[in-house]
Amino acid sequence: MADSTKDPPPGCADLQELEDAEELFPEPALTVKTEPSASEPASLPAEDISTNSNGPKQDLLFDEDPEDLFAEATEEVSLDSPERDLLLSDGPSPAITPITPPTSVITPCIGHAHDDMFTHSSFDEIEEEEGGDLFDMNISVSDPEKVGDGMNAYMAYKVTTKTSMSVFKRTEFSVKRRFSDFLGLHSKLASKYLHVGYIVPPAPEKSIVGMTKVKVGKEDQSSNEFVEKRRSALERYLMRTVKHPVLLKDPDVLQFLESSDLPRAVSTQALSSAGLLRMVNKAADAVNKMTIKMNESDAWFEEKQQHFENLDVQLRKLHASVESLVCHRKELSVNTAQFAKSAAMLGNSEDHTALSRALSQLAEVEEKIDQLHQDQANADFYLFSELLGDYVRLITAVKGVFDHRMKTWQKWQDSQMLLQKKREAEAKLQFTNKPDKLQQAKDEIKELEGKVQQGERDFEQISKTIRKEVSRFEKDRVKDFKTIIIKYLESLVQTQQQLIKYWEAFLPEAKAIS
Amino acid sequence: MHYGMCCLCVLQPRAVNVDLQTDATLQVDISDALSERDKVKFTVHTKSTLPNFKQNEFSVVRQHEEFIWLHDSFVENEDYAGYIIPPAPPRPDFDASREKLQKLGEGEGSMTKEEFTKMKQELEAEYLAIFKKTVAMHEVFLCRVAAHPVLRKDLNFHVFLEYNQDLSVRGKNKKEKLEDFFKNVVKSADGVLVAGVKDVDDFFEHEKTFLLEYHNRVKDASAKSDKMIRSHKSAADDINRIASSLYTLGTPAMFKFEFEFTSSVVESGLLRFCFIALQKIEARVAADEDLKLADLLKYYLRESQAAKDLLYRRSRALVDYENANKALDKARAKNRDVLQAETSQQLCCHKFEKISESAKQELIDFKTRRVAAFRKNLVELAELELKHAKGNLQLLQSCLGVLKGNT
Repeated sequence: MADSTKDPPPGCADLQELEDAEELFPEPALTVKTEPSASEPASLPAEDISTNSNGPKQDLLFDEDPEDLFAEATEEVSLDSPERDLLLSDGPSPAITPITPPTSVITPCIGHAHDDMFTHSSFDEIEEEEGGDLFDMNISVSDPEKVGDGMNAYMAYKVTTKTSMSVFKRTEFSVKRRFSDFLGLHSKLASKYLHVGYIVPPAPEKSIVGMTKVKVGKEDQSSNEFVEKRRSALERYLMRTVKHPVLLKDPDVLQFLESSDLPRAVSTQALSSAGLLRMVNKAADAVNKMTIKMNESDAWFEEKQQHFENLDVQLRKLHASVESLVCHRKELSVNTAQFAKSAAMLGNSEDHTALSRALSQLAEVEEKIDQLHQDQANADFYLFSELLGDYVRLITAVKGVFDHRMKTWQKWQDSQMLLQKKREAEAKLQFTNKPDKLQQAKDEIKELEGKVQQGERDFEQISKTIRKEVSRFEKDRVKDFKTIIIKYLESLVQTQQQLIKYWEAFLPEAKAIS
Repeated sequence: MHYGMCCLCVLQPRAVNVDLQTDATLQVDISDALSERDKVKFTVHTKSTLPNFKQNEFSVVRQHEEFIWLHDSFVENEDYAGYIIPPAPPRPDFDASREKLQKLGEGEGSMTKEEFTKMKQELEAEYLAIFKKTVAMHEVFLCRVAAHPVLRKDLNFHVFLEYNQDLSVRGKNKKEKLEDFFKNVVKSADGVLVAGVKDVDDFFEHEKTFLLEYHNRVKDASAKSDKMIRSHKSAADDINRIASSLYTLGTPAMFKFEFEFTSSVVESGLLRFCFIALQKIEARVAADEDLKLADLLKYYLRESQAAKDLLYRRSRALVDYENANKALDKARAKNRDVLQAETSQQLCCHKFEKISESAKQELIDFKTRRVAAFRKNLVELAELELKHAKGNLQLLQSCLGVLKGNT
C-alpha cells in the first residue's frame, strides 16, 4: 500500500472541500459510494472520481482509514486496449482521451466537454437529482429498408425515440441508422466503460451469412425472418443501453439517438484491421486471464463470480431447450398442415356423407391449429428464446467486467512490485556518491508511489462500481424476465382460447355423424 | 435392461377402435399381461355359456405368435373366404423404448439426480403406454372374432381360448417366410389383374373403387398423423427440459444469490409448477391424439386391407367361375369330361355365390362399424382436446393472476 502523501493536488480546487468533508467512510472502501466529482459540492460523501475535462486529473479519495488514503494521482496511465487508439481516429466522438498522459483514463467519465452531463453521480443520486425526471423513454426500431445494391447494400433502420426526459432537446425524434452504427456505438461505450466496471450491454451479433442473403436480394421467408430478428434485437439493445443511468447520459449515445448524421464506424467491420486487432487482443486477454492469480480479499466477488458462472451454464442450457422447442413447434405446425390435407382427402373418399363432412371439418380445424402452432412458435422465439440469448451475452459482459477488475488489480500489483524494486535500488544508491542518480531515483520513486496509489484507487473504484452494477443488473434481470414471462404466458393463454373455440365448433359436427 | 412389468386392471373389455356388441354367450378379454425381455405374455380370459367349453369361465396364457397362428388359420380356411378376417394385431415393439431406457442408463452420470429420475419416469410412462396399446390391439382382435357369428364357432379359436398348454406354435422359419413373401407378390400381381375386371354387380363395383381409394388415403392419413404426434411429443419433451432447467435455476443454491425469474419464492415456484403442468398436459394431448386418431387410422388401415382381401377373394372366385364356365362350354363342345366340368362349374358357382352373399353383408357391416368407430373416436378426441385446453387455460390464468398481482 502506498504511503500516504496527502498533498493537495495542484489544480484541483475540490480537494479542499473534500478534505473538509464530514463523511468519510470507515471501512471497506469497497462499500463506499461512488460519488460525483468535481462540480459537486463537498456535502456529498467524499469519494471518488471523475475527471474534468480540464486536463490532468485526479481522483481524490480521502478516508480516515489509512488503508484508503489516496493521494492524487497525476498521471496515468497506459491505455489497456490499443483498440481505443483506433477508435480515437474514428469520428468525432469525444475522445476517449489522448494516449499521452497525464490524463486519467480510469474514471468512468472520460474527459468530456460536456461536464454537466457528465458528472458522475451515484445511481441513486442521479435519480434524485433529476428531480422528477424518472426514466421515461421508449425507443423503437422500425422500417427496415434496403439501401443500395449488391454487396455494398445494407439495411437502414429507423430509430425513433419518444421521451420526456430533460436530457434530450426534443420529445420525439427519429434517425436512420445501419447495423454498423449500432456496433460502433457499442464499441465506443465498451471502451469507455467496461474497464471501469460498468456492464455495457452487448450489441447484437453479426451474421455474415444472414446479411449476405439480404444483400443478394433474396426476398424470401428466411431473409425476412432474419431482418425481423435483427430489428427486434437492435431495439432491445438500445432500450437496455439507455436504461443504464450512466450510459444514457453518454454523449455518444445521445448523438446516436439524436443527430441525423453519424460518421461511419469502420472499425466494426469484421475483416478490418481493427477487427483483427480485436481478435488478437481477445486472445491475449484470455491468456492473461489464465495467468493472473488474484488474492481475492473480498468473498463477495468470489461468490458472485461463481454465481455468474453457474448462471451462465444454466441459462445456456435453458436457451438451448427453448430453441429446441421453437424448432419442434415449427415442425409440428408443418406436420399438422400436412395431416390436415390428408384428412381432407380422406373425407373426400369417405362415402358416408355425415362422416365425410366431419372429416372435412376435422381437416379445417387442424389447419387452423397449424397456424396457431406457427404463431406460438414465433412467440416462443421472440419472447423467450431471444431474451435468453440476450442474457447469455450479457452475462459474458458481466464476466468481462470481473476480468477487468482482475487486470486492474494486476496492474496495481505490478506497480507495487516495481516500486519495491526502485526502493531497493535507491537504498543501494544511498551508499554511492552519485547525487544525480540518487535524485533521479527519488523522483522515480515518487512517481511510482503515485502510480501505486492510483492503482489501488482504481482497483477500489472498479470494485465499488461492480458491486453497484451487479445489484442493478440483478434487479433489472428479475424485472425483465418477469415482464417477458408474463407476455409469454399471455400468448399461451391466447392459444388455448383459440383451441377451445375450434374444438367446440367441431364437436357438434362429430356428434352429428349417424 | 430387464423390464418386467405387470399390467393389471388396465383393460376391461373396451372396444378402443371398434364398436362391438358384447354378447353374453361369449365374452373374451385380456385380463393381464406380462412383459418380459423378448416377449409379452397375455392372459386371455373367457366367460361363456356355450356348451362347447368345459367351464363357464377360464383363462390361458398366450403369446403374440399364437395370435398370428390363429389369424393365419382363418385366412387359410376356404370356408371363411367370404368374410372380412379381423386383422392380426401388430407385433409388440418395445425396441425403441428399450433403447431409450438403455441410453438413459448409460447417461446417468451426466445429469442431475432430479433430471434422471424425471426422465426415467417419462420413459417408463412411455413404455407403459406402448404396452397398454399392444394389449388393447390383441384384445380387439379377439373381441372381433368373438363377435363374428361364424368365426366365433371356429374350432381353432376354441382351442386358442381353452387349451391351457402351449400351442407349440413356432414362428415361421425362413423357408416359410419366403413362401409367404412370394405368395404376397403373386397375390398383388393377381390383385391388379383381378381389379381390372369390371364387376357386373354395381354394389361390388362401387365397393371396389371405394376401398381402393379409401385404403390409400387412410394409409396417408395414418402416416401423417404419426408424424404430427411425434412432433407434439418432441415439443412436450422440450417443455419438460425447460421445466427442469427452471427447477435447477430456482434451487436453494441459486436462491442464495438472489437469482430468480421473478421476485419471490412463491412466484418462481408457481412458474416452475406451471411449466411442469404445461408439459404434462401437452404430453397428454399428444397421447390422446395418438389413441383416438392415430390408432383409429392405423386400425382402419388394417381393416380396409382385410376388406380389400375379401374383394380379392371374391374376384378370384369370379374368375374361377368364369373359367369353369368356359371349360364347361369347351367340354360340351368336345363332348368330353362333361360331367367333370359340370361339377367343377357348379362348385365354382356355388363358391362364388356364397362369397358374394356373405361379402355383401360383411362390407355393409364394415361400413357401419367404421362410421361408428370414427364417430366415437372423433367425439372423444374433441372432448379430450377441449378438456386439456380448458385445463391449460385455467392453469395459465391462475399463474398469470399471481404473477401480475405481485407486480
